[in-house]
Amino acid sequence: MNLNETAVARSPEAVLSTNKLIRNTYTLLSMTLIFSAVMAMASMAVKVGPMAHLLSSIGAIALLWLVLPRTANSAAGIGVVFAITGLLGFGLGPILNHYLAMSNGPQLIATAAGGTGVIFLALSGYALTTRKDFSFMGGFLMTGLIVVLVAMIANIFLAIPALSLAMSAVIVMIMSGFILYDTSRMVHDPYANYLMMTVSLFLNILNLFTSLLHLLGALSGSDD
Amino acid sequence: MGEELWMKIGWALLLGAMLVMIWPRARIMMQEGRKGSASEWKSALIPLLLVAGFVLLLITSV
Repeated sequence: MNLNETAVARSPEAVLSTNKLIRNTYTLLSMTLIFSAVMAMASMAVKVGPMAHLLSSIGAIALLWLVLPRTANSAAGIGVVFAITGLLGFGLGPILNHYLAMSNGPQLIATAAGGTGVIFLALSGYALTTRKDFSFMGGFLMTGLIVVLVAMIANIFLAIPALSLAMSAVIVMIMSGFILYDTSRMVHDPYANYLMMTVSLFLNILNLFTSLLHLLGALSGSDD
Repeated sequence: MGEELWMKIGWALLLGAMLVMIWPRARIMMQEGRKGSASEWKSALIPLLLVAGFVLLLITSV
């Protein structure tokens, strides 16, 4: 069955359900992005150390794997989504403070945030308006993610700056691919859950932003 | 120095745990996922190349 036949075969109920899923996902995503930004500003204000980044990431990942799958179909899941995104936002504080200490730090952060917004809106808009099915990219993106994770673990101890930079460039591309993949899932996967979709898209945006910031900081910034 | 080492160990453990957790899903997606046609890959690669170009533009602009 080709894509046009799939579109024609969809019932009005299915179309309404998809539109509701997309609306709920983007509404919750907007709210969690604002909440995450507030948490990031709070952690910047109190100047938490790098250990806070690690601990909040551990907390967020634990909630993501152990709690969210069990609460994704209940109202409690909304609280879990805010807890995950809040923790991840709080963990951004030390990173943002590091870049703000650079002479062009505010410009770097603004450029990375604006660039992330443009990339997300453009790719999401492309996937939604064309309604193409990007599910074929799943295996490719997962392979890339695994390679990056292995390289990141190795580079924690090797500490090669060029490898770190190359990984950030690869992560930008992988997260861009995941934005296409996840957005098309909202349209084509009848079992997609808006809480899970919100967290997926949030993680894509967060990783895109931090990798873009790293690239901009390393290639354009100064430690003055 | 002590805290730095613990940070490295902590990050390595967290990333290792992520690897272990996503591996089963990744294996299924790699083995059983839908294969894209040449035109489908083209429709995905063009926007990704535009993203790469945009990132280069951002790097040169700051």
